[in-house]
Amino acid sequence: MPKRVLLGLLLACGLTAPALAQEPKTGGVINAVIQPEPPGLMLAMVQNGPTQMVSGNIFEGLLRYSPKLEPQPELAESWSVSEDAKTYAFRLRKGVTWHDGKPFTAADVLFSVEMLRQTHARARNNLAQVDKVEAPDDYTVVFTLKQPFGPFLGIFEVGSMPMVPKHLYEGTDFKTNPYNNAPIGTGPFMFKEWQKGSFIRLVKNPNYYEKGKPYLDEIYWQIIPDAAARSVAYETGKVDVLPGGSVENFDVPRLSKLKDTCVTGAGWEFFSPLAWLWLNNRQGPLADKRVRQAVMYAIDRDFAKDVIWNGLGKVATGPSASTIKYYTDDVKKYPYDPAKAKALLKEAGYKGEKIRLLPLAYGETWQRWGEAVKQNLQDAGINIETIATDVAGGNQKIGEWDYDIAFTYLYQYGDPALGVGRNYVSSAIAKGQVFNNVEGYSNPEIDKLFADGAVATPDSKRKEIYEKAQKILVEDVPVAWMLELQFPTIMRCKVKNLITTGIGVNDGFKDAWLDK
Amino acid sequence: MLKSPSGVIGLVILLLAISVAVFGPMLFPNSPWRMVQRPFLPPFTLQAVPLGTDALGRDVFAGMIFGARVSLLVGLVSTLVALIVGVPIGAMAGYFGGKVDDALMRFTEFFQTIPSFALAIVLVAILQPSIYSIVASIAVVSWPPVARLVRGEVLSLRTREYVQAAVVTGQSNTWIILREILPNALSPVIVLASLMVATAILLESSLSFLGLGDPNLISWGYMVGAGRTVIRQAWWITVFPGVAILISVLGLNLIGEGLNDALNPRLSREGR
Repeated sequence: MPKRVLLGLLLACGLTAPALAQEPKTGGVINAVIQPEPPGLMLAMVQNGPTQMVSGNIFEGLLRYSPKLEPQPELAESWSVSEDAKTYAFRLRKGVTWHDGKPFTAADVLFSVEMLRQTHARARNNLAQVDKVEAPDDYTVVFTLKQPFGPFLGIFEVGSMPMVPKHLYEGTDFKTNPYNNAPIGTGPFMFKEWQKGSFIRLVKNPNYYEKGKPYLDEIYWQIIPDAAARSVAYETGKVDVLPGGSVENFDVPRLSKLKDTCVTGAGWEFFSPLAWLWLNNRQGPLADKRVRQAVMYAIDRDFAKDVIWNGLGKVATGPSASTIKYYTDDVKKYPYDPAKAKALLKEAGYKGEKIRLLPLAYGETWQRWGEAVKQNLQDAGINIETIATDVAGGNQKIGEWDYDIAFTYLYQYGDPALGVGRNYVSSAIAKGQVFNNVEGYSNPEIDKLFADGAVATPDSKRKEIYEKAQKILVEDVPVAWMLELQFPTIMRCKVKNLITTGIGVNDGFKDAWLDK
Repeated sequence: MLKSPSGVIGLVILLLAISVAVFGPMLFPNSPWRMVQRPFLPPFTLQAVPLGTDALGRDVFAGMIFGARVSLLVGLVSTLVALIVGVPIGAMAGYFGGKVDDALMRFTEFFQTIPSFALAIVLVAILQPSIYSIVASIAVVSWPPVARLVRGEVLSLRTREYVQAAVVTGQSNTWIILREILPNALSPVIVLASLMVATAILLESSLSFLGLGDPNLISWGYMVGAGRTVIRQAWWITVFPGVAILISVLGLNLIGEGLNDALNPRLSREGR
């Protein structure tokens, strides 16, 4: 009889085990690499990449976004848009508290909007179309726009618009507020300690509003300045998660092959980093459209993808990454064709004038890429001289427009009105900055298309406008688009559900759990 | 010189390296930066790329040939510049003595107190990495020992009778330094110079290894630096240029030793 019971138990276990494996387990500690050490953790004030990655656990936004960039509830549980697309009403989640126990209400949202307008340049820009923000009651917030703004529902991600506690920040000097060093948010994890140069420790928020979450007890963000040492830390088991970009590309295949290691390229859809070459449209041979087109034909971008990026990413077809709204690949194509490049150069009357190439000083991968591009361009007959520089020096040269060709990569933020237009409209030309329209491209038609596109309704109209803009830009080649970059996240397979949204690792570890 | 076996070996190595640097690129008309084969091809698998390919599929052998040119050129030119600066300063300090000596030696010490490699890095970083700034910075950090050596030699020579005789006959100071003193002070300088070429090659390699090389020229140090991070997957990218640096520096040291024996006959007869 006992034997039979035992057998039954075994059978039961055997049958239910697969189902159980999908059931999240509670408890455990995750060690992840953070690179480089963030300058601060107050997300409303500092927006560096590493800050977003750590503080995405502490703070929350009204919405998060699926890998397809559809808005999903976070602090707002539902929302509605008026008929004229000018009024957006958000219904806030009830029972949400700050880490210090105070309730989160509509007043906090109103305050956050005001504060971010002062401290967060991109949020200020995103909120430019907002006429007024009101709170009819404690759990409703209504944004009224000056005119319809298509991408409006895309600006509520935690890094773009983190919610800040009013009771701790109102009436204080934001810059010197003591809570900047020990931030208080509503997120699934609470700030515990930061040993500079060593680690940042976050602990579980026991009062988190989603019952049962987060599953993990603690997160240690390990700070390891040397790239090789970061790889070793993963191999020796000191860390379990290597977020995108924290190890050099050539280490990715080796680490991926390790036992119990899982790799994913997901979680970058919202940012969609796109790499391109700034081409200085103002002076020299590159002022001629045909020379710029020749640059596109001369560069072997498949080689860059396969060899330099180890097959990660995608060859870019134009100004929008393929994950961005209204993307179209129905544009002029520039396959690797040195002969065509040579013909175009001849037609443009290029006589071997020297062209300076500024690589990006972000480590090995970018250095090798600079060498490969230089060789491609030389093979097509362009006289290239590489200028050696560090990050600060390169930024200065680009900001002063003292370059001919320069590497860069920028985030796209889901919508052409948020992340694409800024690089091509003439109103974004300004000396001293390294983002936006650095190439000096100026085309009234493009200016008008992007201005119209941002406020056009309905969606089909926006689609039409942006597709037209993409066609014109790809014909004109204001910059030479290279690759849609992919930064793979490497982790132990026992780490589950780490990346569930289009914001990826920056969206906090609230769904992550450890299968022990 | 030809009697010392080590000197002969050194000379052979140097001549070999120089002939590679001079004639090698004629045999390889293609740029060493060209991506010719699939990346990470191990050595001795394809005849076209005998030493394999690097992370981008560039020919390691072609890189070594072209690298020889840069490494030797930097070594020789920067040593020459250091001699042109160091010898006159040392000679003047030693010959005139007194305040001139004090001023020139304090100036020399100013350069000697700064660690030479750190100074070279700073200079190259400020001047922007290029072949000219690298040669200049290596020369700047390597002339002080020359000046001090020449000064010492001149100090001892200027009290000799034949120099005194020259002074008495009313010959000009320049004439005395150039005709009477320097030729006799030259042998230790030649020995030092051969070692300086070796040091300069090492310095250039170290700068390139740190990413401060001329980005438009391939050198051995650059190859080692670029291959360093993938040494676990592809040893050959670092090892071959590393061996090239080792052998040429060894060769120059052997030459220095051989020259020392040859130019100091007393030392070679009595010593050892």
